[in-house]
Amino acid sequence: MSNTIKQWPWFAAGMRGIFSGPALVLMSAFVGFCGFAYEAGIPFGQVIFMTGMVWALPAQLVLVGAMLAGASLPAAFIAVTLSSMRLMPMVAALVPEIRTRNTPTWLLLLLSHFVAVTAWVFTMQRLDRVPREGRVAFFAGFGLTLTGTNIILVGVLYGVISHLPAMLAGALFFLTPIYFLTSIWASARGIEVYLAMIIGLVLGPAFHFLSDDLGLLYAGLLGGTLAFGLERIITARRKKRAQTTP
Amino acid sequence: MIETVWPYLFIAVAGWIATDVWRWLGVLIGNRLSQDSAMLIWVRAVATSLVAAVIARLVLFPSGALEGTPMALRVGATAIGFLAFLITGQRVFVGIITAEIILFGGLLLH
Repeated sequence: MSNTIKQWPWFAAGMRGIFSGPALVLMSAFVGFCGFAYEAGIPFGQVIFMTGMVWALPAQLVLVGAMLAGASLPAAFIAVTLSSMRLMPMVAALVPEIRTRNTPTWLLLLLSHFVAVTAWVFTMQRLDRVPREGRVAFFAGFGLTLTGTNIILVGVLYGVISHLPAMLAGALFFLTPIYFLTSIWASARGIEVYLAMIIGLVLGPAFHFLSDDLGLLYAGLLGGTLAFGLERIITARRKKRAQTTP
Repeated sequence: MIETVWPYLFIAVAGWIATDVWRWLGVLIGNRLSQDSAMLIWVRAVATSLVAAVIARLVLFPSGALEGTPMALRVGATAIGFLAFLITGQRVFVGIITAEIILFGGLLLH
């Protein structure tokens, strides 16, 4: 790479993110997943393979559920792909923030594998503190470390936590929604994120009754578009007011 | 032979490909978006709304260990945890701990 700044320090800064709150919460959630996969009877090798290859907790839960139910390959594919659709706009929103003109597309394709809510929130929150030339290295350092650590965690804990007490398992599962909610709110840099969050929270359950799988997609598209429309109106008004007041 | 390979193939196709297809598409779309464009704001809003819908579902219609807990308790714990997060100057940690304490306390009293 012909970048003017050193990449390694930013990669290392990303690696240190393993000691952050978001990483800790995700690791706790993976402890819960590990117990769930063990109880479901998924063999050790497959749980490790799944964690590294899928690297999206909701998708992994859906996949384990499909395997348990003995679903066919196409049926499992559809169920998993519907739960993973949210990753597309997340990656699309992250890429313009981290790439430079010289960032090769193959590198972004490779690194996109590490995008899940945790890495997304973590990176979006810290963009201001990382110069543009260091952002891809920063994300790579965090993503690789986070995925690697969780693979090791799952490997070490597999079978050890066979029977989590129901209350502890529940507390671990409960971490995910409250953590997503607060961390995305805290990392918001535009009013559209607050609006999209509030509207999505309402539309998610509403569309759940319409369609089990596609409901999420509808809620995202409609909620996001509504939030975007409102953001445009608010921004236009603010500009107008700024022009009229001397 | 096929019995040992098949589960891995299953995971690779129904798990890995089914998930990474969206990440790859996201890169191709994101590569065409410029920073601070209106399109990027829309994409960010859609991404946020999708995750918000997932959050609401995890709280309202959970699976696994949370399934048997009262819905009012889960919603209440989330709402109070979020309020605590807002009051303390958006401290994520405070929000999480508050929500967990209320969930735990509620389950103990239940």
